[in-house]
Amino acid sequence: MNHEMIEKNLGLMIPLIILAISFGFLVEVVPLFFHKDMKTPIEGLTPHTALQLEGRDIYIREGCNTCHTQMIRPFRAETERYGHYTVAGEHVYEHPFLWGSKRTGPDLARVGGRYSDDWHRAHMYNPRNVVPESKMPSYPWLFTAKVNHKITPKKMEALRTVGVPYTDEDIAGASAAVKGKTEIEAVVAYLQQLGTVLSNK
Amino acid sequence: MTSFWSFWVSFISLGSIFGCLWLIYVTRKSQTSDVETENTTGHNFDGIEEYDNPMPKWWLYMFIITCFFGFAYYIIYPGLGNFKGVADWTSTGQWEAEVAQAEEKYGHIFTEFAATPLIELSQDKNAMKVGQRLFANNCASCHGSAGRGSIGFPNLTDNDWLYGGDPETIRTTLINGRQGAMPVKGLNPSMSNGDVDDLAHYLLSFSGRSDDDTAAARGATMYQTACAACHGTDAKGMQAIGAPNLTDNVWLYGGTKKRITHTLLYGRAGVMPSQTGKLSEEKIHLLTAYVMSLSK
Repeated sequence: MNHEMIEKNLGLMIPLIILAISFGFLVEVVPLFFHKDMKTPIEGLTPHTALQLEGRDIYIREGCNTCHTQMIRPFRAETERYGHYTVAGEHVYEHPFLWGSKRTGPDLARVGGRYSDDWHRAHMYNPRNVVPESKMPSYPWLFTAKVNHKITPKKMEALRTVGVPYTDEDIAGASAAVKGKTEIEAVVAYLQQLGTVLSNK
Repeated sequence: MTSFWSFWVSFISLGSIFGCLWLIYVTRKSQTSDVETENTTGHNFDGIEEYDNPMPKWWLYMFIITCFFGFAYYIIYPGLGNFKGVADWTSTGQWEAEVAQAEEKYGHIFTEFAATPLIELSQDKNAMKVGQRLFANNCASCHGSAGRGSIGFPNLTDNDWLYGGDPETIRTTLINGRQGAMPVKGLNPSMSNGDVDDLAHYLLSFSGRSDDDTAAARGATMYQTACAACHGTDAKGMQAIGAPNLTDNVWLYGGTKKRITHTLLYGRAGVMPSQTGKLSEEKIHLLTAYVMSLSK
């Protein structure tokens, strides 16, 4: 066979390359779009409240997911430390999910309820105040900055279009629920519910 | 997985292996020998040419072996749609086996610890080594790696207890957690800033740090109205509700006048999270003993 034909004809080479590298995606990812386990929320899972949602967006804005995963793998070493391994049904309402792939800090998939609100605030203000050997950055501006309540309903509407079951009342009350809240309140509200639906052991 | 997707996955997976085998077959050239020749591919760029030798045989065989490895993998492990594989392997099954193995190896250690009375256990050096690891993993973030706490998080080594330091109370604290509740301005929300200042002087006077005896005396009167219900008429606290002793110069939220005033003005609500569900009963037992061992 003469490979010159492909190598000298970009119009043919490009589709063939796309075909060659798409097999993994077609097999490993595409079927999951339609898989029952991936689309069914676990029992008791509710969408984030307005405040938790804003906290999640701050979590993304500050890049927390760069250093903290939210995915406990089914290995004993992980379940001993973090609790029950993560299941797909816990993340049905997450757009995008924040599983992450790098743990500079610990996994946060089940950090909800592990520490007090006060601890989170002290820790976020300056992590060294409570964990002397920590190298996490400080986030003091969260304590003065206020959540932008005007766009919260829009965010919820956007999430509703991709399948998060927010009701009209949720969206109508969203602005009032977060108005005047500081960003740290939102982040702590978000962190304190992480992974609490599935009991630890 | 529905049968359509099962077929989809199996078809593409097997198809790509067969595709690879076919590709190896049609591009194999004349793989009769490893002998190198002077033939070139015919490409010529600025006088640089490329030999056109067949791939070394061992390399070719590696490709073929890889394909057969793939087939073997699909037979043993789950990969082809709904086919579970002959080894019946699952990631959760592997996890369960790991946990069972660890339980067999370490389980009896914790069972023995759990059967030992707390006081005896807290004097057992080996048990305390294990306890120290548990403490470092689960408690040190707030109470510090040496258990000395920090502002807002109690020191566990000073033998000064908010809720009581007897073994069973410590265990209850671990199991249920605690929720502190110092209300804003105590039980007298109409307190003026001057009253707060007087109160701070009164509280400082217990450790001889007040510089205004008149203010402290006024504070003492205010104390009986606003604080005594929880902290006691003698200010020695009440462990049943976690109201701290105010006379011992141990300050959870800092003992400067500024910090005491802040506590009075804004209240405090310290939380010890419940460890139920995070740690087994046996481990809570061991940790109780460890916490006891911290404040000898």
